[in-house]
Amino acid sequence: MSLTLDGAQADAPVPAPVQGYWGAVFGRLRRDPVALVSGIVLLMILLAALFAPWLAPASPFQTSMLNRLQPIGSPGYPLGSDELGRDVLSRLIHGARLSLLIGVMPVINAFVIGSAIGIVAGFVGGRTNSVIMRVIDVFYAFPAVLLAVALAGALGAGLVNSLLSLTIVFIPPIARVAESVTTQVRSVDYIEAARASGARSLTIIRRHVLGNVLGPIFVYATSLISVSMILASGLSFLGLGARPPMPEWGLMLNTMRDAIYVNPWVAVLPGMMIFTVSICFNMLSDGLRSAMDVKL
Amino acid sequence: MNNSLSLSRHDALDRGGKAQPLLRVRGLQKHFTITRGGMGRQAKRVHAVDGVDFDVYKGETLGIVGESGCGKSTTARLLMHLLAADHGEMVFDGDPIGQRGGISVRGMRRQVQMVFQNSYASLNPRMSVEDSIAFGPQVHGVNRRESRQRARRLLDQVGLSSRLFAHRYPHELSGGQRQRVNIARALALEPRLLILDEAVSALDKSVEAQVLNLLMDLKQEYGLTYLFISHDLNVVRYISDRVMVMYLGKVAEMGEVEALYRAPAHPYTRALLSAMPSMNPDQRTQQAPLVGDPPNPIDLPPGCRFCPRCPMVEDACRDAEPALEACGTAHQVACRRADEVMAGAVPVKRISEESPT
Amino acid sequence: MSLAAATSDPAAASQPPLVEISDLTVHFRTPTRQVHAVNGVDLSLERGEVLTILGESGSGKSVTLRTLMRLLPERRSQISGRVSVDGQDVLAMSQRQLTRFRGRTASMIFQEPMLAFDPVYTIGEQIAETVCRHEGVSRREGLARALELFELVRIPSAQRRLANYPHELSGGMSQRAMIALALSCRPKLLLADEPTTALDATVQIQILLLLRDLQRELGMSVIFVTHDMGVANEISDRIAVMYAGRIVESGRVEELIGAPQHPYTQGLMASRASGAQRGQRLEAIPGAPPDLAELPQGCAFAPRCPQASDECLAAVPAARGLSDIHWAACCRLPA
Repeated sequence: MSLTLDGAQADAPVPAPVQGYWGAVFGRLRRDPVALVSGIVLLMILLAALFAPWLAPASPFQTSMLNRLQPIGSPGYPLGSDELGRDVLSRLIHGARLSLLIGVMPVINAFVIGSAIGIVAGFVGGRTNSVIMRVIDVFYAFPAVLLAVALAGALGAGLVNSLLSLTIVFIPPIARVAESVTTQVRSVDYIEAARASGARSLTIIRRHVLGNVLGPIFVYATSLISVSMILASGLSFLGLGARPPMPEWGLMLNTMRDAIYVNPWVAVLPGMMIFTVSICFNMLSDGLRSAMDVKL
Repeated sequence: MNNSLSLSRHDALDRGGKAQPLLRVRGLQKHFTITRGGMGRQAKRVHAVDGVDFDVYKGETLGIVGESGCGKSTTARLLMHLLAADHGEMVFDGDPIGQRGGISVRGMRRQVQMVFQNSYASLNPRMSVEDSIAFGPQVHGVNRRESRQRARRLLDQVGLSSRLFAHRYPHELSGGQRQRVNIARALALEPRLLILDEAVSALDKSVEAQVLNLLMDLKQEYGLTYLFISHDLNVVRYISDRVMVMYLGKVAEMGEVEALYRAPAHPYTRALLSAMPSMNPDQRTQQAPLVGDPPNPIDLPPGCRFCPRCPMVEDACRDAEPALEACGTAHQVACRRADEVMAGAVPVKRISEESPT
Repeated sequence: MSLAAATSDPAAASQPPLVEISDLTVHFRTPTRQVHAVNGVDLSLERGEVLTILGESGSGKSVTLRTLMRLLPERRSQISGRVSVDGQDVLAMSQRQLTRFRGRTASMIFQEPMLAFDPVYTIGEQIAETVCRHEGVSRREGLARALELFELVRIPSAQRRLANYPHELSGGMSQRAMIALALSCRPKLLLADEPTTALDATVQIQILLLLRDLQRELGMSVIFVTHDMGVANEISDRIAVMYAGRIVESGRVEELIGAPQHPYTQGLMASRASGAQRGQRLEAIPGAPPDLAELPQGCAFAPRCPQASDECLAAVPAARGLSDIHWAACCRLPA
């Protein structure tokens, strides 16, 4: 039987070279200038945080009563000094470690927990879905800032507790996104086809649902990192997160706020760092979203 | 159709012999509730499939035609148990499906597979073509290597060179190529019955012809039985042995394809055939056979549900719903006035539409 | 093209054609590649004529139609050539002229009627509003005109239907409403982009017959885009077959359906499922349409053509006249 006759010719125009899905995504991301710049900036800040002990010109804890509130460009203090005479550049570099950690960790935790809740709710559907989502909605009804402050306050001040409260804050929005994406995917024909081939629910979730929903949820979660950074800094600012003398951007902003009249440029530096990192994460997540749009 | 080529697997699986229908459907019904009752509101229900009986014989192609809302796609999903039927009995080669002493739904799905209309949506965008095809066999316990080999063999068989296509992703393929992959995927479980739900409708005409040829070849090679759902009467006439015409969730008419196309017995079938655009510039359609749109299957009129649009309606039609009755050899119709329709009470445009050469 | 249309109506022959397209090319830029959607189309349309552009997906038929109304995304598309409608140069119009042009000189109907209407206003309000804006009449006159239009497109109980919201209309009814909207400012040219493709068979024929009647009553010119030969046969005076962004054959319906000359048109006719007997293999055209980013040299159909020779690959074949109207662009035909 010459079944291949038509088909062999049907292949005639050979389209784009074989390239995996993620290969295509990164290819497109690389060509997006905004996402590329954001990514490079974040990478540099991350590297600075990792190699802080080697990069920082001075110790972040070394105080000097004689050299308090030096302006930018003073000898020995390239970015000035704070109210206790510590080198601001060194504190910013060391602070990146803690600030990134408390910005990113809650989102990662919430991504894992929220996705699991949302995907199960979305895939099972029906009444189970309604019950889960209504509980989630109760948390969602509070403004994020209020919820974070209330939880952190109730749990008590401290780094771990502020991480925990931020995680709880971010679970509901991620679960909602996960649920809605899963509900959409669940009704697409390829899931039906998988069911029609006799696959069980867990197999379908593992092989067909996860790959298609984690991407969009991940993009959404990246956009939350900026919010998380700001909230975490806010908690530190209020004294609910990192404790002095730990270098952390939000805390630095707090302790230097009196210096704003003396040395405004130095005082706003931690704020600018928070702003830059937030913006970069947002831009990167925007770029990722358009790069992940498979349709050409 | 000559099916001497059937695979040995099918011979082993064939239990009731040629005379026993491969699939027997009785009283199939599915209503969807769109507005709940209570609080002074009347419950609104869509009568998507409303008591449908038919048999699919071994080795034949049964075509199902009808307009949107006639229940043809719902029927396909009910058969695959992708939707749960409200009522109805389905018997696969003598075994009731999903009942004691019968065949399990999972067991049935090894032998019945489906190809969907939307070739893009029915493939996982994150899976390579090879993995998509190999998924079914893997679910049923075939190991990874062997299932991949089967996938590659099937790709070659549906006319896509496995060397070039196995590692492609759906978005890198054209519509026709994707539908070939979907066919290969459906065949990977070596089914006996293939449900094709508008499988060629979204394809360009020149590609549609290629895929139809492929389907004919595969049927021969594997001794398959097809349930071919389409709104395109030309395609259904070409590929089917028997045709079932559905209207608002019910079977209006069923019979051998040539007999039915030559002398339709239901006024609706007649209208459908005359509504086909003419291919003869000298004999353009002068009058639309029906006015208005096919109604929603929500508020059904009493009696025959075609009444409101029927050109031959009489009072008696509104009193009782006509049953599906024989009107010739292997030809059944649900119309009180079928005899008059067959005799040509309503003139029907000739369907043979060879161009004037 | 010198071989382009004459008209079926000799009285109108003295007037210049309503639509003249010459050497139209449209390219789309994407970040990675350039898609050659239309590659040198010459077309003209007489007043009162119905022309169908027949082609498969990616043939450039819809792009050509959209160019006539300048509906393509301006920043991503590169258009060259000349497009004139009723003596106006469409490609040179300012935004203001374009607003006047759309609706009054040319208007368009689509496959998906729901997209033409705003879901939060009634159909009547929207048609009346269009009439008021374009013709500067009062709201009352606008509503009266809307009623007139609904009767024109044979919508039963028109007065009541005007008060409906778009989602309350069935598929065929909303298609009629969209035709009414398109006709609200008495356009000279109606562009129809597969308006019956999404409809059920029994509704499709009603809409086709309605368009045929309206065209005759109003004396409009119509360009109808479809992939369905049967539909083309029902509606048109003349058919132009497009493939890979070029017109490969054009002629009167009787000529083109009755005696197609280009191998692609012949292939389309032969591969129709209705033409073959059951059990016989269909004469399918092998292969797939070319990638519009990498068009082959010469005749774009050559890779799939059973009659192709080296000559076909050398250059894009010129049009060969077969009658006063009928022509095909194929090297195998006598020049």
